[in-house]
Amino acid sequence: MTARSIVIEKDMPHPPEKIWRALTQSALLEEWLMKNDFEPVVGRKFNFRSTPMPQWNGVTDCEVLAVEPNKKLSYRWNSSGDKAKDGLRTIVTWTLTPTATGTHLRMEQSGFRAEDEPFYQGANYGWQRMVGALEGVVARLA
Amino acid sequence: MHTAPDALFKTLGDPTRRAIFERLARGGEQTVWMLTSESGVSQPAVSKHLGVLKLAGLVRDRREGRETHYRAEPKGLAPLVGWMSLYGAFWRERFDKLEDLLNRMDQ
Repeated sequence: MTARSIVIEKDMPHPPEKIWRALTQSALLEEWLMKNDFEPVVGRKFNFRSTPMPQWNGVTDCEVLAVEPNKKLSYRWNSSGDKAKDGLRTIVTWTLTPTATGTHLRMEQSGFRAEDEPFYQGANYGWQRMVGALEGVVARLA
Repeated sequence: MHTAPDALFKTLGDPTRRAIFERLARGGEQTVWMLTSESGVSQPAVSKHLGVLKLAGLVRDRREGRETHYRAEPKGLAPLVGWMSLYGAFWRERFDKLEDLLNRMDQ
């Protein structure tokens, strides 16, 4: 079974040190991501808390896996709550690479399994054609 | 209310029913009569499929005079949208918020 990833990358006109603060200072992290009790210490267990959505109570169980200041940050990102046992088991990794104009920021959320993706399972039902409608749904959910 | 993914797949597993849903999703609101003329099956059969789709939360109906108008309810597909779709949209939005924050932050 192949695990799959989401990767989002962007060049930002800010130095790595500044982006690092936004990624690792709990109060700043809350401003753009979610309420949290994060600390940049390997082994630290923490939660992100958000509004519940379908299939999810809004709580994410995390554990810091890697901290390389201004370069790399990685944590487990697992479903919490009732469905935690067979829920999401992923790893989020941030990589900061200095560029001439700022920083290349890369986020990878890895470890998605086929069963995490009902839309994917349904591919043989002709779902490809429904992508437009589904994107609308996703936009409203997110 | 959310129908379980299995039930939704079963509902849309029928090719005629899926074709009716897709026609509504693409073409907007239509009557049973309009759907029947294009589907190649009888009107009672179309009505029965619409009933099943409605039960699954995939279509909504609206009575106007003597006619019932049906339209697709894309929200009914929500249980089929997996974690990757949700997180793809989630992270794209959060990247935008991060950039807003960075623009407001001091060096």
